[in-house]
Amino acid sequence: MFLEIKDLSVKIENKNILKSLNLNINKGEVHAIMGPNGSGKSTLANVLAGKEDYEILNGKIIFKDNDLFDLNIEERAQEGMFLAFQYPVEIPGVNITPFLHSAINSKRKRMNQDEIDNLSFAKLLKSKASDLGINIDMLKRSVNTGFSGGEKKRYEILQMSILNPDLAILDETDSGLDIDALKIVTDGVNKLKTKDNSFLIITHYQKLLDYIKPDYVHVMVNGSIVKSGGSEIAAEIEKDGFQKFQ
Amino acid sequence: MIIVNSETLNTLDSYSKNKYKYGFVTDIDSEKPRKGLNEKIIKYISSKKNEPSWLLEWRLSSFRKWKKMKEPDWANLNFPKIDYQDIYYYSAPKGFKDKPKDLSEVDPKLIETYNKLGIPLEEQKVLAGVAVDVVFDSVSVATTYKGELEKLGIIFCSIGEAIQKHPNLIKKYLGSVIPPGDHSFSALNSAVFTDGSFVYIPKNVKCPMELSTYFRINSENTGQFERTLIIADKGSYVSYLEGCTAPKRDDNQLHAANVELIALEDAEIKYSTVQNWYPGDEEGKGGIYNFVTKRGLCAGKNSKISWTQVETGSAITWKYPSCILKGDNSIGEFYSVAITNNYQQADTGTKMTHIGKNTKSKIISKGISLGKSQNTYRGEVTFLRKSDKARNYTQCDSLLVGNQCGAHTVPYIDSKNNTAVIEHEASTSKINEDQLYYCRQRGLSHEEAVSLIVNGFCKQVLQELPMEFAVEAQKLVSISLEGSVG
Ligand SMILES: Nc1ncnc2c1ncn2[C@@H]1O[C@H](COP(=O)(O)OP(=O)(O)O)[C@@H](O)[C@H]1O
Ligand SMILES: [Mg+2]
Repeated sequence: MFLEIKDLSVKIENKNILKSLNLNINKGEVHAIMGPNGSGKSTLANVLAGKEDYEILNGKIIFKDNDLFDLNIEERAQEGMFLAFQYPVEIPGVNITPFLHSAINSKRKRMNQDEIDNLSFAKLLKSKASDLGINIDMLKRSVNTGFSGGEKKRYEILQMSILNPDLAILDETDSGLDIDALKIVTDGVNKLKTKDNSFLIITHYQKLLDYIKPDYVHVMVNGSIVKSGGSEIAAEIEKDGFQKFQ
Repeated sequence: MIIVNSETLNTLDSYSKNKYKYGFVTDIDSEKPRKGLNEKIIKYISSKKNEPSWLLEWRLSSFRKWKKMKEPDWANLNFPKIDYQDIYYYSAPKGFKDKPKDLSEVDPKLIETYNKLGIPLEEQKVLAGVAVDVVFDSVSVATTYKGELEKLGIIFCSIGEAIQKHPNLIKKYLGSVIPPGDHSFSALNSAVFTDGSFVYIPKNVKCPMELSTYFRINSENTGQFERTLIIADKGSYVSYLEGCTAPKRDDNQLHAANVELIALEDAEIKYSTVQNWYPGDEEGKGGIYNFVTKRGLCAGKNSKISWTQVETGSAITWKYPSCILKGDNSIGEFYSVAITNNYQQADTGTKMTHIGKNTKSKIISKGISLGKSQNTYRGEVTFLRKSDKARNYTQCDSLLVGNQCGAHTVPYIDSKNNTAVIEHEASTSKINEDQLYYCRQRGLSHEEAVSLIVNGFCKQVLQELPMEFAVEAQKLVSISLEGSVG
């Protein structure tokens, strides 16, 4: 199994957030998770990425034959897990280009690949940026610093394209985007998608799924997945909201 | 123009991978008179250096002043009393009666030492475009690129040599910015200074290369008291770099340098320091006591002095590079990064004294505290009565890594002129967990993430450094953080 989440229960500050959650994702699949605000979607994404604030009460996660809980944040990333954050943080003074260059090299190191040199990296970054319609000037700026909401999201997608993950988790990357920005984001995903990588796309709008065709849609309410199926579920939610799942 | 020699950068690289790589001792015979501070040793130093009698008198009168003075005690520093009688005041590698004429006369062991430090002395290998003067214990070892500079009329030599060859300049300017009686460390330095660098840039000459001095304390229980004097004549420009290292020793060693800068009309001096003296071990044992007085005089109209410092070493740092803005429209700048780790203590900052009209000063200070260290910014901005329309901008940011360290900000402002404009910004923050999480999610290790964030925090200052120093400084910043996070 590529990603297997079994009976996962998670608590933060005395509050149970995820409750006996199960989810399986195979290589080459696109899964969407939809759910109302506060249902635990970002919590799930953060637990997968390894954020340390959570208490795991129960459950198991297997990722590419590893027990995920044996790996720390950076090891998971180097193994090919990528999280596009709902709220990307600003890091003043840290230039994007060397930041991403270090990131890609730490991944290559773990995979026993040679480091990529400055010049080749600069070329790669430029070509990916222009593929995504991202202004080259943006590459001179500090990570997320002074970016608009849309720029931050686009920049997450650029990083995703560069790092070429096996599993990309997109946490509400669509929210707050106008149609043009949404196109860039979804293009990024569609270009990256192969039969060897998988996507977990978190959203609470159906609109995103007009551009990215998910193989499965899951409805998450109150910390558990209450219904799974095909894209017809997204249409149901669009029509009637989450009410009937609660 | 600066051209970076890749070999040198590689050397720097390999020597900066580990914690304190400069901690080795060179096994070389040195010539030392007895420990202790008295008129005899001062006369010894002066005669060793073949100094004129007025200078001996100057030293002796400084010593008499020192005897009556107490150490300044207002800094936020805690250390045992310095026993001035338990220090060697002069140490020279044996056989250094005269400064070697060229490198073939230098002890190969010394050349090797500097190679290890990443400062190759062989002229063709020296950082291209950077002329280097090297001070080993008390003696200046080599000044490279001399010929080229001489053609432009630039004087760049050890202060000892300048005393012999340029007595008029020395007599006119030595002690003119930092009078010996200023405080006890300046009196001490004036009494026993051994070597250091001298720079004179003639009228309207822009020095085409970075001038650089590298200081190294090698001998045990030896104080280092260097004296640097830089004079930029009307319309001239010079950029000067200073670096320093010392072996690892359990005892504390005293370093009390004096640096004086004089910028005449329309002249500019840019002075950069990367201070990496041995900081002591994880338990706070050993390390350099660094009591340094640096002061620049913007003597003429439209002159400019800019200090940039990256302070990562020393057990104790007591240092306030200052500017006296006397000429109308003159500018003083101070850019500082001070990192303290383990039990290090730093009390550092600047003084900007606005005397002339339309004078401007800018202060950017970044303090980073880790481990059990204490880091204080102390600044004083003064506007005298005639400093119409003078301006100061001060920004002090502190970053705490861990919760056993301290950051303190002590800004004094004294204005006797009500047209002065003063802006002050200060911030103290802890290293941000969300930033660390973000970096690690991209695959960077915890340590790499901290180093990246701290380097980002310091960027405003690091970008003021000349290019090849900036590379070294960034690595130093990373090394200084090692072992302290997690
Ligand atoms: N750090 C935290 N401390 C306390 N409660 C939290 C924390 N993070 C999230 N929660 C709570 O967990 C629940 C799920 O949050 P989240 O996973 O962000 O939901 P979603 O992404 O689906 O909107 C919410 O009730 C939220 O208030
Ligand atoms: Mg969320």
